[in-house]
Amino acid sequence: MTDFTANGPLPVTASPVRRDIGIKRRYAAERRFRLYGILAIGFGLLFLALLIWSVVSKGYTAFQQTEISIPVEFSEKVIDPQNKRATDPNVLMMANYPVLARDALAKELGVDLSDRVALKELNTMISNSVRVQLRDIVLRDPSVIGKTVTVRVLAEGNVDSAFKGQIDLSVPEKDRKINDRQLGWIHQLAEKGDLVKAFNTGIFVNGASSRPEAAGVGVALIGSFYMMLIVLVLALPIGVAASIYLEEFAPKNRLTDLIEVNINNLAAVPSIVYGLLGLAVFINFAGLPRSASVVGGLVLTLMTLPTIIIATRAALKAVPPSIRAAALGLGASKMQTIFHHVLPLAMPGILTGTIIGLAHALGETAPLLLIGMVAFVADYPGTPLQPATALPVQIYMWANEAERAFVERTSGAIIILLLFLLAMNIGAVILRRRFERRW
Amino acid sequence: MTLLKMSAAALVASVAFAGAAAARDQVQVAGSSTVLPYAKIVAETFGETFPQFKSPVVESGGSSAGLKEFCKGVGPETIDIANSSRPIKESELKACKDAGVADVQEIRIGYDGIVFATDKGNPDVNFVPSDIYKALAAQLVIDGKLVANPYKKWSEVNPKLPDVAIAAYIPGEKHGTREVFEEKLLAHGCKDTGATEELKKLITDEKAAAKACVAVRKDGVAVDIDGDYTETLARISANKTGVGVFGLSFYENNADKLKVATVSGIVPTAESIAKGEYPVSRPLFFYVKKAHLGVIPGLKEYVEFFTSDQMVGPDSPLVEYGLVAAPDAEREKVRADFAAGKSL
Repeated sequence: MTDFTANGPLPVTASPVRRDIGIKRRYAAERRFRLYGILAIGFGLLFLALLIWSVVSKGYTAFQQTEISIPVEFSEKVIDPQNKRATDPNVLMMANYPVLARDALAKELGVDLSDRVALKELNTMISNSVRVQLRDIVLRDPSVIGKTVTVRVLAEGNVDSAFKGQIDLSVPEKDRKINDRQLGWIHQLAEKGDLVKAFNTGIFVNGASSRPEAAGVGVALIGSFYMMLIVLVLALPIGVAASIYLEEFAPKNRLTDLIEVNINNLAAVPSIVYGLLGLAVFINFAGLPRSASVVGGLVLTLMTLPTIIIATRAALKAVPPSIRAAALGLGASKMQTIFHHVLPLAMPGILTGTIIGLAHALGETAPLLLIGMVAFVADYPGTPLQPATALPVQIYMWANEAERAFVERTSGAIIILLLFLLAMNIGAVILRRRFERRW
Repeated sequence: MTLLKMSAAALVASVAFAGAAAARDQVQVAGSSTVLPYAKIVAETFGETFPQFKSPVVESGGSSAGLKEFCKGVGPETIDIANSSRPIKESELKACKDAGVADVQEIRIGYDGIVFATDKGNPDVNFVPSDIYKALAAQLVIDGKLVANPYKKWSEVNPKLPDVAIAAYIPGEKHGTREVFEEKLLAHGCKDTGATEELKKLITDEKAAAKACVAVRKDGVAVDIDGDYTETLARISANKTGVGVFGLSFYENNADKLKVATVSGIVPTAESIAKGEYPVSRPLFFYVKKAHLGVIPGLKEYVEFFTSDQMVGPDSPLVEYGLVAAPDAEREKVRADFAAGKSL
């Protein structure tokens, strides 16, 4: 007992020394690592928030467009002064419609029709697209000539910017695109409720335009849609077939190793290289039309193929060998094993890879530059063989415009593109969730 | 397997379609980004005015790239028109002829001013070509010796200029604007300061001496902008004392953010450029393949529409955007030459 007491302090001090195997240090290291991880994610989120904030704060106004409703008198004196429209259909085509809108606006604001300076200033407040708008009304129903109809016309881009408060009014009048008298008219019209901000459907359906108020991403959306369709129809079957062969049938030798290295390499090749290839092969050699979405689709197919092949091979590899063994054991042929058992199980991975590849292709501009798709295209393409642009190209083109009103439209188009990418990626997640199997 | 068959069928179908589409029904244009906004306005208005034709497709990419594409040959798979902010070079014309583009028609659409502008908050400045040369040349002749440009501040170049660091954003070498900048400002300033003669003494090769006149310093003081004017504007917004080079139309569209500098005491306006008082201006062009006229629907009409007073005359939408209209006689001559089929 005494012995024990005498030696008592020894084991007490000795045991903690032996048990100190760096627990504290290791916990601290773990906590530090977690902190780094949270910091990294926080950093990423911060920049994401910055991006979204800068795009949305600049771009949300693009979804509204200033419109002016004015009672337009379809005066016969202006449209068809010689009364020849029955014999010559060109009269209604070529009539001076902008004058109708200008005079209507002058009347609305009580401006004297002989004041040429004022009329010129009024003319610059209405979008030039009014010509087509009024012409379409007359062509649809020629009986409107001689009557007065209230028409909602687009306000010119600078009026739109001024009404949205995007033009700095403190600078001298001569340096502004909108002068003080025009500002006065804007207020006068706004007070009467004739000048309002309405939802901008034009930005979704119109083609490219040199007038910001009438510009839209419609042609670009169709072009992007055609290209995605071509990529999906070509890249998915070719990619899946290539990877099934490489993964399941091909012998493992130097040649297949070489092919594998090349595929991985191609996935990292800068996209502009595919543009050069597309120009040389599809346009110069095969004679496909310039600026057409079929060429864009083919180029993007080439670009997406390696991504899809790599994703598909990874998905096929992830299917446990027991599944194959079981199918073969029950007498299925190799082909039946793959198509009935392996491929369905690999589907979620393949689809995720495909959608990520498509999303990547959707945001690509560089390869399109060389095949002539970075272009001003005003008309809707009827088929993929007609000229079209793509969404990111439209953003790039608008970003280079001089007019102030294009600034918000650029951000607006970015929002539209981001929404499409978001939808595609959510689709990828849903597909994966739906088909996912766990072992 | 059906997937494979389907993709093969799609490939075959797309190639077959291409044969059918070889007869193009749309004018195709490519080239200068300076001419692009004008060409866009014309293309859009053309489509609206002539419903029987489609709006022409206008590609961007720079004068040189456009002319290169233009000179690839004749046929519907090649473009019909190249926009250019400088006259076509002998070498380019030769390349054209070698590729079978025998007849090229030149159309002069009007003039564009090249302006210097700073941020709105800066005081007024006046440059003369020799200031620009002394501030931006790569090498200067000082005391009979060729030395690297020592100037860091505008006030060192010319005591009348503000006491701020030189920072100039000038068009990159792929832009047609750069050539005008070199020719009208650097070469001119080189001559004004008497450096041309001195350089000739120092460099025996005449061509090399002329090149030394227009070489821009690469020590970060002068920054080449390879993008468009929006990039120059962004640089100026970030560096308030920087000086940028813009086209007159771009400046006029952003006059609330920019302050324009006078050159040799002349304020750049459409009037001063049209009269030839403002020294830094250049004509804008587009080039038409004569072989495509009458083959591509709407090409002849597009050129006629572009050159009409309705588009490039004094009160036209292009002038409203910032183009400087050519004098009446010159516009008349351009139209007459085109109608007569005059080619280069």
